[in-house]
Amino acid sequence: MAIDRRSFLAAGGLAGLALAIRRAVAEGRLTAEPWAPPEGQALTGTRWGMAIDLEACAAHPGCTACIEACHRVHNVPRFDDPKREIKWTWKETFEHAFPAQENPWAGEERAELPVLVMCNHCENPPCTRVCPTRATWKREDGVVMMDWHRCIGCRYCVAACPYGSRSFNWVDPRPAIPEIDPSFPTRTKGVVEKCNLCEERLAEGKLPACVTACPYGALTFGDLGDPESRIRRLLAERPSLRRKSFLGTGPQVFYLV
Amino acid sequence: MYDAGKILAGLAIFVVLVATPFWWNAARGADTAPPRIEKPPAGTSCVLPPDQMRHEHMRLLIEWREEVVRQDLRTTRDAAGRPLRKSLSESCLACHGGREKSCDRCHDWLDVRVYCWDCHSDMGARRAAVAGGR
Ligand code: HEC
Ligand code: HEC
Ligand code: HEC
Repeated sequence: MAIDRRSFLAAGGLAGLALAIRRAVAEGRLTAEPWAPPEGQALTGTRWGMAIDLEACAAHPGCTACIEACHRVHNVPRFDDPKREIKWTWKETFEHAFPAQENPWAGEERAELPVLVMCNHCENPPCTRVCPTRATWKREDGVVMMDWHRCIGCRYCVAACPYGSRSFNWVDPRPAIPEIDPSFPTRTKGVVEKCNLCEERLAEGKLPACVTACPYGALTFGDLGDPESRIRRLLAERPSLRRKSFLGTGPQVFYLV
Repeated sequence: MYDAGKILAGLAIFVVLVATPFWWNAARGADTAPPRIEKPPAGTSCVLPPDQMRHEHMRLLIEWREEVVRQDLRTTRDAAGRPLRKSLSESCLACHGGREKSCDRCHDWLDVRVYCWDCHSDMGARRAAVAGGR
């Protein structure tokens, strides 16, 4: 059978449609929420971001499911001494997380609300600019990466980060790790560490550990570069805050209010 | 020849001193036989032919490390063309059955200190522990 112009165009159109549907299904746009990525296939995005529902999170002040999941999969040590503490994600009081939102009439209770905080994976990260060995840099998709092999422990990045998102290993962390998960390397004394937006999980097609661990669906992870993504819809529908955005860092973690 | 005795004695002392590592180890009864490196299960193959691996595995690992962490390129193929994840713990150590019976034996014998283990865990050993019901 000879292929004429018509059937060629029709076949092309059908193939395009099939591809578009496959892509939409893969991105979860045609499936029920919450969005679960296809297993085993890397998640790719143009600009990753996170939206945290302040109300939903603050309604369960004792819940630490996300923090525990994060620290378990990344072998984050647990030190009780705050001077040695290592944290990838933790809870801060509202007043400390959002100093610019200071409001004398909001009352004690509001100021003390627990807020989940982590590395903001800034659009314009000050930490990466000061690193002398390029052990930390911003990836094309927005993840502010750490290369632990290159970190020399100078701690310039710790000083540069306005959010306190980076911790330094003052002592060997291994003895303080409750149970070592051998699939993710630990760190050593003398290197800095922080949230990596679970880039190792994204590469396996999994959502960040905190997002999957939250029993209340308070965390939404997604591609800010995709106007159809769930995170973009949320940000368009609801007002949101960013931590210290007046500094010009462009945080990519948003707090829905 | 002047002072032949002194020169010969000096030379003898020099030779003995230079050979210290050899006679010291011999006196200590150190085992100088090449280590017995346990092989991974039959039917598997390494990333490169074994001969090449012996000489180049350090360089290969540094390449993997740069590619995975800095370029997000995480998979490759083994010498037989099967897909393989570029991971020190989850490929090298898992297939070689842990450090102890392979990597460590050679490194200890050669006195190579591999600092990677300060962070990278021994996957093979854990697998064995899990299989052993621990
Ligand atoms: C300070 C701790 C530390 C040391 C020391 C270290 N690594 Fe790593 N390495 C890591 C961490 C953490 C990752 C995971 C990075 C990621 O996924 O973003 C990693 C990832 C890797 C990877 C890619 C993924 C994987 O799971 O293996 C390779 C390959 C690697 N390292 C090789 C090495 C080699 C070879 C050495 C020694 C010469 C070494 N590393 C020493 C912490 C370390
Ligand atoms: C899928 C299994 C597999 C993986 C993954 C693997 N190897 Fe191997 N390796 C083998 C086999 C099989 C041999 C050959 C043993 C023989 O026949 O001597 C071998 C041989 C070697 C040798 C030579 C040993 C000797 O007897 O002198 C070295 C060194 C080595 N591997 C290092 C590595 C390193 C480093 C990695 C990770 C980058 C790695 N291997 C990954 C299976 C594997
Ligand atoms: C046949 C002997 C032999 C075996 C088996 C062997 N190695 Fe090595 N390894 C060496 C030698 C020799 C060096 C180089 C030391 C040097 O350059 O100073 C080395 C160096 C390394 C280095 C670089 C260390 C550094 O500080 O730069 C890494 C990483 C390494 N080996 C990993 C492995 C792993 C993983 C295995 C087991 C899967 C393994 N080796 C098995 C002989 C061996």
